[in-house]
Amino acid sequence: MAEPAEGDTPLIEFRAVAKVYGSGEAEVRALAGVDLAIHRHEFVAIMGPSGSGKSTAMNIIGCLDTPTSGDYLFDGIPITGLDRRQYTLLRRHMLGFVFQGFNLLPRTSAVENVELPLVYRGMPQRERRQRALAALAQVGLERRADHQPSQLSGGQQQRVAIARAIVTEPAVLLADEPTGNLDTRTSREIMDLVGALNRDRGITVVMVTHEPDIAAYAKRVVRFVDGRIESDERQEQVAA
Amino acid sequence: MFTETLKLALHAIRRNPLRSFLTVLGIVIGVAAVIAMVTIGNGTTVQVTERLSALGTNVLFVRPGQFGPGRASNEAKSFTWRDVDAMRSQVAGVSAVAPVSQSTATVIYGGASRSTTVVGSTSDYLVAQNRIVASGRGFLPSEERSGAAVCIVGDTVREKLFGSASAVGERMRLGSFSCEVIGVLERKGEGGMGQDQDDMALIPLRTLQRRITGSTGISAISVAVRSDVSTTKVQGELERLLRERRRILPGREDDFSVNDMAQIVATMASTTTLLTGLLGAVAAVSLLVGGIGIMNIMLVSVTERTREIGIRLAIGALEGQVLTQFLVEAVALSIFGGVVGILLGLALAWGAVTAMSVPFVVSVPIVALAFGFSALVGVVFGYFPARSAARLDPIEALRHE
Ligand SMILES: Nc1ncnc2c1ncn2[C@@H]1O[C@H](COP(=O)(O)OP(=O)(O)OP(=O)(O)O)[C@@H](O)[C@H]1O
Ligand SMILES: [Mg+2]
Repeated sequence: MAEPAEGDTPLIEFRAVAKVYGSGEAEVRALAGVDLAIHRHEFVAIMGPSGSGKSTAMNIIGCLDTPTSGDYLFDGIPITGLDRRQYTLLRRHMLGFVFQGFNLLPRTSAVENVELPLVYRGMPQRERRQRALAALAQVGLERRADHQPSQLSGGQQQRVAIARAIVTEPAVLLADEPTGNLDTRTSREIMDLVGALNRDRGITVVMVTHEPDIAAYAKRVVRFVDGRIESDERQEQVAA
Repeated sequence: MFTETLKLALHAIRRNPLRSFLTVLGIVIGVAAVIAMVTIGNGTTVQVTERLSALGTNVLFVRPGQFGPGRASNEAKSFTWRDVDAMRSQVAGVSAVAPVSQSTATVIYGGASRSTTVVGSTSDYLVAQNRIVASGRGFLPSEERSGAAVCIVGDTVREKLFGSASAVGERMRLGSFSCEVIGVLERKGEGGMGQDQDDMALIPLRTLQRRITGSTGISAISVAVRSDVSTTKVQGELERLLRERRRILPGREDDFSVNDMAQIVATMASTTTLLTGLLGAVAAVSLLVGGIGIMNIMLVSVTERTREIGIRLAIGALEGQVLTQFLVEAVALSIFGGVVGILLGLALAWGAVTAMSVPFVVSVPIVALAFGFSALVGVVFGYFPARSAARLDPIEALRHE
């Protein structure tokens, strides 16, 4: 994949984004003026010590939260002033989420979990089921479609979550510590899957991790310290 | 999308069937009570109306006091023999004027005894009440005047006391005196209130006054109107006559009432309306309690499922979609309660109605209303919890344990 040309519109762009929680004595500057540009097809790992603002940045990228000041541009369009409904629609059509804790609906089969984002898009049942099964096949779980989360291992649950994130064919996959609850071997399986999605389907991936060998799957590592970007480096991928 | 939402709601209810059932118990009880009472009420009204109208409409009933919802009926003074004579001589178009007083007494013959209704009247009673002496004879004018110890028995009394033997000419004990059975009434069957109209003994009114009640008052008068004369006109004349005789000043209310069967049925119907109103109030309270139950459980459910709501919001559920989901869930719950209540109410009513041998009349509007109200309860009481679910902050919700 070619390096993004200079002057290309970044898919995700932060301009002096700051996020402040609380006020007065209790004020916490989670993000203290962050400039960041992520282009299409990139695979970015965000690292940094605990409390450095990684999750805060991810929530803003994921349109789950808004900056206190600064601008967030999605595909060149400032979206800072949009309302709750428009944020939801943006998430629905552009973004896929993978969480550390999997966040599957309990007592709901794998395929139904994967279908969920399509349900909210109003897709007819038949097409929805087809797409969900195809997404499950991509993560290698077509045989577990009818299993409920409680009947799946952690790695399998995370793969269902990835299927749910990609079933809508999002532009960006956002993953906050996706391997945080998994052992090393399972983590590798998950990262191979994410790497493949980035490489073969061109999905832009932004991932938070604490582990250097997980970050090694990314082409670029952004390091946060105290709500600022300390370093931003391109690197060779391990499994590429 | 809608079938999805509905499926989800049913899923949520099935997930915890016992809790769902307990939640809607208030609605079940309220709806069941209303449906049962209304259905039983309808059945009895239909039956009473049928029976009363079978009696005919050309008889007027004159009673002291006023009747109807919220009216005391027993304060006014009773009638006298002079009232009866005046009606007979001064009101045109009447074919019979029968003074009636009633009591109960034990009748004994041989080894058999029975407590029965004793009606004191005159032979006009037979005309006004449309009764026929099947065997034997009616009262002689001399017997009526002197208060003779004679009686005409109903068929039930005849059967219980005399069996297959002939009753006419026998002497039986009636309360504290011995009287001669001079006739037997033709069988008439059940009356408008389900009472046995053949479980009675008819004696001259004077006999009843002297030997049983000890008072000279007359508690009611039945007036039969000739079929070629308007009942309304006779009613008006009777009212005027009685106002005059009872010295009621102009502008004051009557202390008596003159009604035909249709009016008596209407009075009963208005009593039923009052009951229905009370029932409505009971229903409203239980639906309110049921609604609060639903609101409570929905709030619990929203708290329990905060994380789930967070997931849904994060992956693209709009506020309205989450709101709809929880609202449909609340409505499904309340409708479930309503339907169970309707079925339970109908079953109870059916049981009661069968036991009372009254017709089973299902009022479709009431069933529809009960259904509609239970759905409404779901919407009203489900709205607040549903809105609080829809307005959750997805980040907070996802962090929720
Ligand atoms: N809702 C909030 N209210 C107040 N302070 C918050 C809130 N969310 C985050 N913070 C604070 O903002 C700072 C950054 O938090 P953030 O979750 O982004 O850290 P992180 O880099 O993801 O840490 P970790 O690696 O432990 O997940 C922290 O000091 C945190 O306490
Ligand atoms: Mg974090």
